[in-house]
Amino acid sequence: MSEKIAVSAQRLTKTFKDVKALDDVTLQLESNKIYGLLGRNGAGKTTLMSILTGQGYPGSGEIEIFGHAPFEHDATLSRICFIRESQKYPDEYKVFQAFKAASLFFENWNEALAQELIADFNLPVKRKIKKLSRGQLSAVGVIIGLASRAEVTFFDEPYLGLDAVARQIFYDRLVEDFSLYPRTIVLSSHLIDEVANLLEHVIIIDGGRIVMDSDAESLQGAAVTVSGNSSTVHEFIEGYPVIHRDSLGTLASISIRARLSERQQTEARELGLDLSPVSLQQLVVRTALGQPVQSETTEGDEEAKQWSV
Amino acid sequence: MIDDSKPIFMQIAELIENDIFAGVLAEEAQVPSTNEFAAFYRINPATAAKGINKLVEEGLLYKKRGIGMFVAQGAPERLRQKRRQKFNDLYVQPLTAEAGKLGIGVEELMDMIKSAHPLDSTHGGMSDV
Repeated sequence: MSEKIAVSAQRLTKTFKDVKALDDVTLQLESNKIYGLLGRNGAGKTTLMSILTGQGYPGSGEIEIFGHAPFEHDATLSRICFIRESQKYPDEYKVFQAFKAASLFFENWNEALAQELIADFNLPVKRKIKKLSRGQLSAVGVIIGLASRAEVTFFDEPYLGLDAVARQIFYDRLVEDFSLYPRTIVLSSHLIDEVANLLEHVIIIDGGRIVMDSDAESLQGAAVTVSGNSSTVHEFIEGYPVIHRDSLGTLASISIRARLSERQQTEARELGLDLSPVSLQQLVVRTALGQPVQSETTEGDEEAKQWSV
Repeated sequence: MIDDSKPIFMQIAELIENDIFAGVLAEEAQVPSTNEFAAFYRINPATAAKGINKLVEEGLLYKKRGIGMFVAQGAPERLRQKRRQKFNDLYVQPLTAEAGKLGIGVEELMDMIKSAHPLDSTHGGMSDV
């Protein structure tokens, strides 16, 4: 029933006044994969997701979902769910009415799952939506996104206001339901480390351009931080591309792009060096977002702070 | 348990290998399903499947159609051989290299190993290498 390529975009460009929100974006989303769409605020994530789900027009470029141009094509739109960061609902709607509307729109809607999630999040279904807290509002979006079981589901920063426990419920339910009913899911997120293990593929957007589009697997363990005596560290890392440096007196901590063999790891430890993995979040911040390689400044740390929210 | 040090599918494969080697998963025992691994470690099911498939390719697990994955006959022994091979690379080579730098001769090194070895030499624990 579902095609191999769910969403295909060619050379998308979108300009708001003099700002290029999307600049020549070409990408494909395969069926039944979980994607991470990562990028800083203003990078173009939401604009891209709006266009990929047929809710916004590109300035130029082509977009196909299941082989159709999605705009105002009902048969395609009912297979796509886009939960916005600040999803709007009609003012007077109560929570259960929002679910009722969603159940009518999405052809794969699963009411039993919706009810389980309502219980999980302890959501007051008779309350008016405008009276909900930020976290409860996010929970409504998460529930619609999961229970829609849409073949293509986009979550734009789905966790705002959700506490750690509620976010964990979301991730657990996502993995569980995705295992049983695979579909294409795109998570846009700042909290990269929280979702890193869920992702099969990572797309990073910066300044409206795709700066990375690669399997999560090829990023895991692709970099390592070597710390210890400065001269020993420098000797050990010679020849490897450096992605970040820190130093303190005679100590140095340098992140390199390398997959060390077990033998090399043993050697490093014998030299008294510490090895620590570079997380996806650090890798993203330090390599994909225009960080000048080998800079000795602290810019990277400032960016890391912005990213860790 | 899952960290950033290497691809997650490899970590899943290693976790299963460890359980087979330690006897937690005996020969012919059923291995948890892809979805169970995914839910337990909160990872993508495709990643869990890739880890399991790696062990199938290596002949350590086999598939019973419609039932699940099982530990192959002889898997613990195969892992033991694999680890013995790695033992040389991982420990003996660096050990002798460092011993050489320090001027520790073979005899002296042997004595140190004998006094440190947890298996009493009278049990002949090292004789069948």
